[in-house]
Amino acid sequence: MKYKDYYSVMGVDRKASDEEIKKAYRRLARKYHPDVSKEPGAEEKFKELGEAYETLKDPEKRAAYDQLGSHRPGQDFRPPPGWEKQFGGGEFSFEDIDLGDLFAGLSAGQHRGGRGGGNVRMPGQDFEVTAHISLEEAYRGTEVDLELAVPEYDERGFVHRERRSFKARIPKGATDGQRLRLPGKGGKGLNGGRDGDLYLNIALHPHRLFRVSGHDLFVDLPLAPWEAVLGATVQVPTLAGPVRLSVPPGTRAGQQLRLAGRGLPRPHGGEGDLFAIVQVAVPSAAGERERALYRQLADASTFNPRGHFEQEGAK
Amino acid sequence: MRIEAQWLHRQIQFSEEEICELSGLSATELRGLVDYGVLAPIDPGARTWTFSADRLVLARSAFRLRNDFGLDLDGLALMVSLLERVRELEGEMRDLRARLPSGSR
Repeated sequence: MKYKDYYSVMGVDRKASDEEIKKAYRRLARKYHPDVSKEPGAEEKFKELGEAYETLKDPEKRAAYDQLGSHRPGQDFRPPPGWEKQFGGGEFSFEDIDLGDLFAGLSAGQHRGGRGGGNVRMPGQDFEVTAHISLEEAYRGTEVDLELAVPEYDERGFVHRERRSFKARIPKGATDGQRLRLPGKGGKGLNGGRDGDLYLNIALHPHRLFRVSGHDLFVDLPLAPWEAVLGATVQVPTLAGPVRLSVPPGTRAGQQLRLAGRGLPRPHGGEGDLFAIVQVAVPSAAGERERALYRQLADASTFNPRGHFEQEGAK
Repeated sequence: MRIEAQWLHRQIQFSEEEICELSGLSATELRGLVDYGVLAPIDPGARTWTFSADRLVLARSAFRLRNDFGLDLDGLALMVSLLERVRELEGEMRDLRARLPSGSR
C-alpha cells in the first residue's frame, strides 16, 4: 500500500485541531473545487483534498491514520501489526488497496460485515472525464479510448480499484464544452442500486486555421488590396475541403463573409456556418514597379479613409 | 467494447425523477432550485415537469457544491446562479474571441 500524507495535502500540522482542519478544507475547497476553479490540475487536487478531509475530519479514522505513522508520500508501507484488528474489524490484504479506499471502507457500519453486506441500495459512482479531440474528429465523429479505475467491492466490503478500458463512440455533432453521458459506465451499484454513469466533457484542440464558437467556425481570409477593391473569387478551406468564395467588390477588412452550412454538424441535424473574416494584407516589401503603381494610384484616388476624423474635429 | 454516448443538450429531455436520480439532488432540493429560478423546467406550468438534458449538468454541479461546501438552499441557489452567469460570460467571450482576427486576440 502506498502512503499518502493527508496532513501535507491539507497544509496543516499533524497536531491541528478539528476546527483548523475544517478551515483548511474550506479554504482549499474554494480554491480547487472543479465547479468553480480555473487552476490547472484543480480536479486532481480537489480529489486528494476530499480524500484527506474525509479521513481527518472523523476522529476514529484520524486515530487509525495516525497509527500508520509517518512515511514519505508514495512510499510502500504496511500498517503496524494488529492495526487491522483494531480498526478494520478483520484481516485483509494491504497489497492492492488504495489508502483512500481503505479509509472509505472504515466508515461506521461498513467495516463490520462490509459495505456490500448490508441491504441498502447504493447507486454506483459517477465519473467525469474530459475527452480531447480534434476539430476534424468532431466534424466526422470519432472514437475515444477511455480507461477508468472503477471501484469494486470484495466480499468483506472493501474497495479495490479495477482498471476498465473501453472505446466510446462520440457521434458527429460534438463541439467544445459539450457533455455526453454514457449510462451505466461508472461504478457498479450495490444491492440493486443503479450503476453509475460516465460523463464525457468534450474539449477541442485549438486548430491551425479555424476558431470555434458553438457549431460555427471562423477563419481569417487575407485579401490583397486589389482583391478587396475589385472583388475576386478565392479558395477558402473548409472541414470538407476547399470551396470557392466570391468576394464582392468593395469588401472591407473585418467584414464577415458567411458560408452557410460549412460549420460543424449539429447533433440532431443541420450544420453551423463558416465565417470568413476579411483581412486586407499588404506585402512587407513591394518591388519598384509595384511602388510606382501605388504612387500612381495615390495621385489618382480621391478616397479618404479618415474622413470621419475631420468631421469630428469640425464639431 | 464500444458504447454509444448520449448527448446532454436541449433536444433530449429528462423527467423530474430522472434529474433527481442522475444528479443526486432530492425532490425537495430540485423544487427549491426551480422556485429560486435557478433550474427551469421546460414548461413550469405543466403538471409534471420535464427538463432539457443540459440542465442535468447544472443539477449535478449543484449536488456537488451542496455536498462539498455544506451549503443550504439559499446559498446553493446563489452560487449556482452566479456560476451560470460565469459560464454564459465565458461562452460570450469565446464567441467574441473566435470573431477576432488572429493576431489581435
